[in-house]
Amino acid sequence: MLNYYLTIVLAPLAAAVIAGLFGRQIGRAGSHWLTILAVGTSCALSVLVLRAMFWDGAVSENISLYTWAATDGLHMEVGFLVDRLTALMMVVVTFVSLMVHVYTIGYMHDDPGYQRFFSYISLFTFAMLMLVMSNNFLQLFFGWEAVGLVSYLLIGFWFKRESAILANLKAFLVNRVGDFGFILGIAGVVMFTGSLDYATVFSSADNVAVQTIEVLPGSAWNAMTVICILLFIGAMGKSAQAPLHVWLPDSMEGPTPISALIHAATMVTAGIFMVARMSPLFELSETALAVVVTIGAITAFFMGLLGIVQNDIKRVVAYSTLSQLGYMTVALGASAYSAAIFHLMTHAFFKALLFLAAGSVIIAMHHEQDIRKMGGLRKYMPITYWTALVGSLALIGFPGSSGFFSKDLLIEAVRESHWQGQGAVYWIAYLSVLLGVFVTALYSFRMFFLVFHGNERMDADTKSHLHETPWVVTGPLILLAIPSALIGWFTAGPVLFEGYFDDAIVVAPAHDVLAHIGSHVWHGSLALVQHIYVSPAFWLAASGTFVAWFLYLRRPDIPATIEAKMSGLHQLLVNKYYFDDLYIKGFAFCGRSFGRFLWLKGDELIIDGILVNGTANTVGKLAGVMRQLQTGYLYTYAFAMIIGLTALLSWLIWFR
Amino acid sequence: MNLFAQHLLSLLIWLPILGGLMLIVIGDDGNARSARAGMMRFSALLVTVLTFVFSTALFAGFDNVEPGMQFIERQSWIGAINAYYYLGVDGISTPLILLTTFITPLVVIAGWDSIKPRPAQYFAAFLILEGLMIGVFSALDGLLFYVFWEAMLVPMFLIIGVWGGERRVYATIKFFLYTFLGSVLMLVAFIYLFGKTGGFDLLGFMNVPLSLPAQKLIFLAFLAAFAVKVPMWPVHTWLPDAHVEAPTGGSVILAAIMLKMGGYGFVRLSLPIVPDGSEYFANFVIALSLIAVVYIGFVALMQKDMKKLIAYSSIAHMGFVTLGFFLFWSIGSGTGAALGISGGMVQMVSHGLISGAMFLCVGVLYDRVHSRQIADYGGVANTMPTFAAFMVLFSMANAGLPGTSGFVGEFMVIIASFKANFWFAFLAATTLILGAAYTLWMVKRVLYGEVANDNVAKLQDLNIREFTVLAVLAISVLLLGLWPAPLVEMMNMSIETLLAQIAQSKL
Repeated sequence: MLNYYLTIVLAPLAAAVIAGLFGRQIGRAGSHWLTILAVGTSCALSVLVLRAMFWDGAVSENISLYTWAATDGLHMEVGFLVDRLTALMMVVVTFVSLMVHVYTIGYMHDDPGYQRFFSYISLFTFAMLMLVMSNNFLQLFFGWEAVGLVSYLLIGFWFKRESAILANLKAFLVNRVGDFGFILGIAGVVMFTGSLDYATVFSSADNVAVQTIEVLPGSAWNAMTVICILLFIGAMGKSAQAPLHVWLPDSMEGPTPISALIHAATMVTAGIFMVARMSPLFELSETALAVVVTIGAITAFFMGLLGIVQNDIKRVVAYSTLSQLGYMTVALGASAYSAAIFHLMTHAFFKALLFLAAGSVIIAMHHEQDIRKMGGLRKYMPITYWTALVGSLALIGFPGSSGFFSKDLLIEAVRESHWQGQGAVYWIAYLSVLLGVFVTALYSFRMFFLVFHGNERMDADTKSHLHETPWVVTGPLILLAIPSALIGWFTAGPVLFEGYFDDAIVVAPAHDVLAHIGSHVWHGSLALVQHIYVSPAFWLAASGTFVAWFLYLRRPDIPATIEAKMSGLHQLLVNKYYFDDLYIKGFAFCGRSFGRFLWLKGDELIIDGILVNGTANTVGKLAGVMRQLQTGYLYTYAFAMIIGLTALLSWLIWFR
Repeated sequence: MNLFAQHLLSLLIWLPILGGLMLIVIGDDGNARSARAGMMRFSALLVTVLTFVFSTALFAGFDNVEPGMQFIERQSWIGAINAYYYLGVDGISTPLILLTTFITPLVVIAGWDSIKPRPAQYFAAFLILEGLMIGVFSALDGLLFYVFWEAMLVPMFLIIGVWGGERRVYATIKFFLYTFLGSVLMLVAFIYLFGKTGGFDLLGFMNVPLSLPAQKLIFLAFLAAFAVKVPMWPVHTWLPDAHVEAPTGGSVILAAIMLKMGGYGFVRLSLPIVPDGSEYFANFVIALSLIAVVYIGFVALMQKDMKKLIAYSSIAHMGFVTLGFFLFWSIGSGTGAALGISGGMVQMVSHGLISGAMFLCVGVLYDRVHSRQIADYGGVANTMPTFAAFMVLFSMANAGLPGTSGFVGEFMVIIASFKANFWFAFLAATTLILGAAYTLWMVKRVLYGEVANDNVAKLQDLNIREFTVLAVLAISVLLLGLWPAPLVEMMNMSIETLLAQIAQSKL
C-alpha cells in the first residue's frame, strides 16, 4: 500500500510544482488538466484505501518514510499512519478537492492568475493529506502550518485588493496565536513522553496523566490537562473557535472555490480531526474535555446568531461554518469523537455544496454578493436552486438528509453525556446545540429565500444577463448534492455505532455516550427518520424555517421593525460582538505602540542615546578636559610631578 | 590521509586570502565596465567557487562518529610563547565553514555589477574576509583564533566604510569600537589562560582546572566579545546601523556569517573552558536571549527601513541560538540539553541562509529604486512576480514555517526550553506570532496592493544573475527544512563531547 500512499500525497505536490513553476509553458488548459488528473488519481486511490479498510478489513498501517532528524534520543521522522480515521479523511479531502478543481475551471475562467490558482489548490491538497496521514506530531505541525500558508496565499490571491491582503495577514496571525499554543503542547508531549511518534506517545499516555507540571509557582497541574489544553488552542486557531474565530469570516475575501475547499470543508476541520486523533490523550483529562465542550458550545450558538444579520452571501455561509465547527467541537468534548468526525464528513459535502452554489450565484450576478440585491433566482438557475436547496436542507438537518443523521445524533450524544455531570457545562453545551438548530434553520432559509425566492431586486442590466452557470460549475454541485442528500442513510450506523473507527479513536468506557445510544436508542436509519416527531431538534428546525419564511417572504416588513426595536442587540450582532475592534484597536494597536516605545525609548534613547553615544560623548568631553592639562609648558609638568610625588610619599608614610 | 586532506583547512583559508591579495595587486582601472574589471569579477568568482568545491571535500571526508577534532594541522608558529599554527574542525565548526564557502560565491555574484567604484578592491575584501572567517572557525590555538578574529574586522570595516551608505562613518566607527572592545577582553582572558597552561592550545584550555572567581571573570570577558558579535540585547544597537549602511554583500556576510562568530565562540570557548562560570551566568544569558526574542520582536514590528527590520529580526533569531546553548543547567538529565545545542547550531546555519536571502532581496529592490524605506514600495508583486515569489518564500522561512530551514532550529529549541522551564518556552514561542507579524506585515506593504508609485511601475523582474542566487538559496532553505538530518548528524557526536565537557566541573 505504500506506493498508493506515496502517489496519493505526491501526485498533487508534483502537479502543484509544475503548474506553479511552468504554468506559462503548459498553459491554462495544461495546468487544470494536470492538477485535476493528479487530484483525481489521489481521490481514486483514496477510495481504494478506504474500501480496503472498510470492506476488506485491511488493518491500519504505520509506516516511517525517512528520518527528518535524530538527535539527543529524539527521533523526528516523517511517515504515514493510515487507519480508518485517516482513510475517511483522505476520501473527504480528495473528493471535495477534486470537485473544487473542476469548478474552478468555470469560476476562475477569466482570471489572469489561473495557473497560479490551480498550483495553490493542488499544493493545499498535498499539505492537507500530509496533515491527516501523519503518524507523528512533527509532520502534523508541518501539514498544519502548510495548509495555513496556502490559506494565506489564497485569501490574498487577489493581492491588489486592500481588504484581501489585510484578511490574509489577519488569518495567518490569528492562526499563529493558535499555533503558539499548539507548539507548546507538542513540546509538552515531548517533555513527558520523549517522543513525537503517535504510537509511542499514546502508549505512554497513562503515565503522563499521573504527572504534574508546575506552570505557576506552587501550582501542580495535571500534565495531561495542560498538554491537551495547549493542543486545543491550536485547534481553536485552525478550526476558528471563539475567541480565535475572527479570521474565518474575513477569509471570504479569497475566491469562492477556496472558501469551499479550505474554509469550509477541509482545512478548518483540521482542528476537529486533530482532537479526534488525540482522543487517547483527551480522554485522560476531563478538565480539558470540559474546556473543549464550553468553547465549542459558545461558538456553535453565538456564531450562528451572527449569520442572521449578515447580508453578504458568502459571509452567511461563513458564520454557518463557524457554528457547525462549534457543533463538532462540542461533540469532541462530549467524547463523541465519531459523531464529530461524522458531522465533519457530512458538513464537508453540504457546506462545500453551499459555498459552490453561492459561487454559482455570484458568477450569475456578476460578482454581486449582497443578498438584498438578489431574489427570485429560482427560475433563472434551476440546477443551482435545487442543489442549494439540498445543501440547505442538509444543513438544517431535514429528516433523511446527511446533516439530519449527523446533527441529530450529535445532539443526542451531547444530551446523553451525563458523565459531565448535570452542572453548568452540561447545560451550556446541550442548550447551545439545541437552540442552535433553530438559529441554523433561520439564517439558512433567510438566505435561501432572499436569494432564490421573492422579488427580483437586482438591476435590469444584471437581470438581463442572468442564466444558469456552465457544466463545470453545475457538475460539481450535482456531484456534491448526491452525498449531501443520501450519505447519511448507510453510513450513520457503521460510523457511529458499529465500530467503524475501530482503534483509531479511543473512548474511555465511562465516557462512551455513543455506545449507550447505540444499545438503547439506535434502531437503524429508517427508525430514526420514522420517529422524528419525538426529536426536539426537528421541531426547532421546522420552526426556524417557518420563521424565516414568515419574516422574509410573507411579511418582509417585519425584520426592519425588529431591527429598529432591538437596535442594541442588532448593533451587537452587526459588530460581531466587537471582537474585531478588540483585536485591531486593542491588541494590534497596543502591540505597535509597545514596539514603537521599545524602539524609540529603549533602543534609540536609553541604549544608543545614553549608554552608547553618551559614553562616547563623555569620553570625548573628558578627553577635552584632559587636553587642557597638556599645556606644553615645562613648569606645569614639574608642578604636577611634585604634587604626585608628595601624594605618593604621604600614602606610603600613612598607610604602610 | 593524503596531502590534500592534510592541508585542506589551510587551503580553504589561504586560497581566498591569496586570491584577494592578487586582486589588490593587479587592481582594476577604475572603470567598472572595463574588460579588466570583468576579469577581476571572474577571478573572484573562480576563487570563491573553487573554495566551495574544495570545502565539499571537507563535507565528504568528515567522520560523523569521531568525537575529537579532524583535519588537524599543527605547526610551531611563535616558539617563544608556545603558539602554534593549529587547525582542526569538528561537527560544530564544519557546518559553519561550509556555510561560509557556500555564501561567499553568492555574494560575489550578487555584487556583480551593482558595485561601481573600485570593484577589484571590493571583491578582494570579500575574498580575504572569507579566508579569515574560515580561519576563525578552524583555529584551535587561542592566539591564532584571536588574530583571525580581529583581522576579520578590517575588511568588513572597509566594506562598510568605503562602499557603504550616507552614514557609513558613524556606522563603521560604532561597529568597530563595539566589537573591538569586546574582543580585547577576550585577549586578556587568553593571556590569563596562557599563564595557567603555558600555551594557547584551546583544547588545553578546556582541561585546565580553574577557580570559580577566575571562571566568572573569564566568562564575562568572553561574554563581552561574543555577546557583541551575536549580538545580544542590550549590546545590539551597532547591528541595525551597520546593516543599513553596508552594501548588500556586506549585509549578507555580516548577517549570514559574522554574527555566527558570537554563537560559535560560546560553544567553542565559553561552555567548555569555563563550564562552572557558564553555569553561574546561564540564567542571565537565557534572560537576555528571551528579551532579544520578545523585545526585539516588538521593535522589529515598527521599523520603516527594510534592512533595519531584517537586522532586528536577526537579533531576535539569534536569541534562539544563545537560548538553546545555555539550557543545559536548567534541564538536568534526559532529552533536552543536546537538543537545545543542536537547535541553536541549526538555527545559526539556517539564519545564515535566510537572513542572507532576505538582505539580497532588499538589495534587488535597492539596486532598482535606491530606497530601503517600506513606504516607498507597494504592489511590487504586480511588476516583479518572480521576485515576489522568492521574497514570500524567504519571509515565510524567516517566520519559521515548517518545511523551511527557519523552523528546524526554533522547533528544537522550543522543545528543549519547555523541558527547562515552561515560561522559557512560552516566551520563546512568541516568535511564532511576532516573527510572522513583522515579516508578513512588511511583505504586505512592500509586495501586495496596487502599484504604489511610478518607481514600482517601472520595476523590471529579476535578471538571470539575481534569479540564480535566490534560486540556489531557496533550494537550500527548503532542503534543510525538509531534511535536516545530514546537518544534525554531523553535529551529534561533537555535541555529545561538548556536553561531557560541560558536565565536568573544573573547580
